[in-house]
Amino acid sequence: MKKVRLNIDGKDVESQEGVTVLEAARSAGINIPTLCYHEKLSPHAACGICTVEISRGGKSRLVLSCIYNVEDGLVVKTQTPRVVKNRKLLMELMLASSPVIADLARQYGVEKPRFEDKITQCVLCGRCVRYCNEVKKANAITFVGRGINRKVAFVDEAVSKGVCLNCRECFGLCPTGKIPRETDTVCFDGLTIQDVLFGKEDKKH
Amino acid sequence: MNRLSSPAALERARKRILSRRDPDKPCITVCSGTGCHSYGCDKVSAAFVDELAKNDLQGKVDVRRTGCHGFCERGPVVVIVPEEICYLRVKPEDVPEIVSTTLVGKRLVDRLLYVDSNGQKIAHEGDIPFYKRQMRIVLASNRLIDPKSIDDYIALGGYSALAKSLFKMSPEQVLEEVKRANLRGRGGGGFPAGVKWESTRNAPAATKYVIVNADEGDPGAFMDRSLLEGNPHSVLEGLIIGAYAIGSHEGYVYVRQEYPLAVENLSIALSQAREYGLLGEDILGSGFDFDVIVHRGAGAFVSGESSALMTAIEGAVGEPRPKYIHTAVSGIRGQPSNLNNVETWANVPLIINRGSGWFTSIGTAGSKGTKIFALVGKVNNTGLVEVPMGMSLREIIYDIGGGIRQGKKFKAVQTGGPSGGCIPESLLDLPVDFDELTRVGSMMGSGGMIVMDEDNCMVDIARYFTNFLGDESCGKCVSCRMGIGQMIKILDRICQGKGQKGDVELLEELGEVVRDVSLCALGKTAPNPVLSTIKYFRDEYKAHIEQKRCPAGVCKALISYYIQPDKCQGCMICLRSCPVEAITGGKGLVHIVDQKKCTKCGTCLEVCPPRFAAVTRLSGEPIPAAPSLGTKVLRPKGKQQ
Amino acid sequence: MEIKRRKRSRPKPISTPASDNVGIHPSQVHHKEETNKQLVRKLDGTQEIVDKYGSDKTALIQILLEIQRENRWLPRDALLYVSEKLDVPLSQVYRIATFYTAFSLIPQGRHRVCVCMGTACHVRGSPRLLDLVINALNLSPGETSPDRKFTLSTVNCLGCCALGPVLQVDSEYHGNPSAEDVKKIVAGCD
Repeated sequence: MKKVRLNIDGKDVESQEGVTVLEAARSAGINIPTLCYHEKLSPHAACGICTVEISRGGKSRLVLSCIYNVEDGLVVKTQTPRVVKNRKLLMELMLASSPVIADLARQYGVEKPRFEDKITQCVLCGRCVRYCNEVKKANAITFVGRGINRKVAFVDEAVSKGVCLNCRECFGLCPTGKIPRETDTVCFDGLTIQDVLFGKEDKKH
Repeated sequence: MNRLSSPAALERARKRILSRRDPDKPCITVCSGTGCHSYGCDKVSAAFVDELAKNDLQGKVDVRRTGCHGFCERGPVVVIVPEEICYLRVKPEDVPEIVSTTLVGKRLVDRLLYVDSNGQKIAHEGDIPFYKRQMRIVLASNRLIDPKSIDDYIALGGYSALAKSLFKMSPEQVLEEVKRANLRGRGGGGFPAGVKWESTRNAPAATKYVIVNADEGDPGAFMDRSLLEGNPHSVLEGLIIGAYAIGSHEGYVYVRQEYPLAVENLSIALSQAREYGLLGEDILGSGFDFDVIVHRGAGAFVSGESSALMTAIEGAVGEPRPKYIHTAVSGIRGQPSNLNNVETWANVPLIINRGSGWFTSIGTAGSKGTKIFALVGKVNNTGLVEVPMGMSLREIIYDIGGGIRQGKKFKAVQTGGPSGGCIPESLLDLPVDFDELTRVGSMMGSGGMIVMDEDNCMVDIARYFTNFLGDESCGKCVSCRMGIGQMIKILDRICQGKGQKGDVELLEELGEVVRDVSLCALGKTAPNPVLSTIKYFRDEYKAHIEQKRCPAGVCKALISYYIQPDKCQGCMICLRSCPVEAITGGKGLVHIVDQKKCTKCGTCLEVCPPRFAAVTRLSGEPIPAAPSLGTKVLRPKGKQQ
Repeated sequence: MEIKRRKRSRPKPISTPASDNVGIHPSQVHHKEETNKQLVRKLDGTQEIVDKYGSDKTALIQILLEIQRENRWLPRDALLYVSEKLDVPLSQVYRIATFYTAFSLIPQGRHRVCVCMGTACHVRGSPRLLDLVINALNLSPGETSPDRKFTLSTVNCLGCCALGPVLQVDSEYHGNPSAEDVKKIVAGCD
């Protein structure tokens, strides 16, 4: 594997071709914040929190470090004003629909969001979907819909056959705690595809 | 027809087809593009066939259903060749007169001719101002051929560029020619096609794909549709030449399923080309193999983005991939894939036949060749126009488009679809050029050119596009999904009269995060409609927010309809027309709008006789008190009560 | 309810619902009461379509498009069949079926009423036309009338901008119809 030399926040870092900026930073002990990222899962690049500013040959731009591969001579900055501003606004947007992440949002300097949104307590980080499809291979949960109406839902068959109740491995991955909170030991009460399709919204928040 | 196994065989076939055709034989060409279809061109062509048979002329006059002529405003369009007599707005009832007067009597049917602004009648298609100022080279053959006939295409020299490429040029030479021509993508990105071809060609992999993007998701754009419906072979020929240059043996055409006629004509073209040995194995006996699969879209604008399109072809959900790795290097199933728009591919045979020198003689320094635009909206001559790059927006809208309908005042022209922006009157002399349009905050886009007038509200337009994007975004990125979601809420608020101080600044802030963090071109360009309207029409936003006024009179929550008691003549027309019975009054009694019931549909304003002009639309001002019920109208002096 | 199938060499459906109406929307209950014959016939059509594409999983979207066209919606049983035959997880089938607007997961009406909301039509007043149509049909976009006569939808660009704003009813186009025109058009549908 070809060696690659890059600079992250003023520190020279040695890495290899095919490694992402996020992975390279973590190996060098530099912390880039993340939310939807998980080491065991394919990168989803949805939350935008791992944004960094890169420059090469005088031009700089923002990229998502969880999917951007290292390049020789790359200069990476993880805390520029532009990056910090964007991270803050992203947290603000997520907080509006998921008040439960208030503590996390405070770490980014966000107290009260300027926005109002329907409370779903789900930021569509996709960890549950990816885990179930890639690792567990049970395919019991998926994204449905598109755009501003995109949601996560359980497949009815899996629910009714008790697949999810017996597994529950996605519970610990959910950053907002929505999945574990909506279930109890007696019956599984998450949102199924038929619920989503026919407008029966979240049963409890 | 036998398989054509050499360029000589193709040439012989062409001569054979031509020898069977009499160039002087009259032919009635009926435009059968989408627009004319909706006007009932089917019935018109059927009427011609019938009428010719009745007059025993069926062997002496041909009827040909052609591709789109472009003059959609005046359809159904009928052109009689070889004289090129052009009749507009032809109905089936007009057909007997056309046959007896023009075909038999050799005279014109005056009432069906184009009339210019001086009242002059124009008989020949090429002399009509709408066509005269255009440079129709890609669309040239649309009006001459039956798209379901490969012979028509061959008769005009079709596939000669392919023969030239395969037998007289190496793949590298073809590539160099396209690079020299500086053909930039016509789908919106404007990326140099030759450079993209080269990346794909040089990518180290045995299997490569070429793709035609016929998703055409921009609302208000129908250029690609007309090309695929009207001249599918021109696109196919370009694709095969490109495949040869790149080293690909498998191609895809991704067509949106909302275009069934395009799918049909394309499928016919593919099977005809295969039959003739112009597609499939050993094309024209050259040893080059290449074939094509048609893949239909299923109703998602975002799947027209090149990486999303490739993911859909793989069978997965059509969501974009991050552009850090170019699809030219890793596309369908990880293989190098070159995607170009329909119009881009259709330019290729012309460049090969006439040379890059000819192509670069047209256009500006940075944008060569022509561009097809769907000129629509509040313009007099709605239709499909093809102009050389560098022509000004003013010329297109006024000289070709005939100016603004109903004598209204121009306000803005929108280009680039939902990724583009609105251009105000002050910039009308801007030349149509990739870089110039981007410089002013819009973009060339795929070719939609929507003209707006004083009755269009720019805040409403921004809201329209942002709503569209909110629905069509795949929804993965928080920045795009939630960012656009909140922009929609703010725009809704502003249009409902609940705009607050700081809303414009908040829209700009959200626009920044959507643009900076989103992964694909949809997200990155999503703020453009809002940001460009804020840039050029900030005063309209201010009026909505600070004065609760919609200057154009569009936003329902900010307008009211009021019947002026001193002008109302109690004719009952608006009363009867109101769909929600919100108007009270009687014959000779002043009509009154019940503001609580009124749904602001505007029907009363539309139907009030112009000589009374009693209905007004108010915005940002208090509604005068209504007169009491039963008030008699004031008759004009000299008229009896 | 057990769905009796004719003897055929076809795989059994993936699962039967735990209870009769789990995941069935009230509008579909009517469907469940259809005769066994009709349901089986529907699935026959699905099988032909899947066979035509050689059970190729990359053709999933194309297969669903044909099932939609054949049935005017995507019946749940058809989705289960496709998932099994193509070896594609049901979750993936649903993901695709809910992502694209060409698909409907509830039965659609006999008459498709469509208002074009493309930019050119918008600029010429399509929101107002949509209001007139909503009033005339008493349906919101996306809805189907209870008697399954009409489905109202919106579309982005039919490509006949010169007619705009455009109302499409089945295969007929109507340019800038008035409120009266809309009423007449709706009444004229059988």
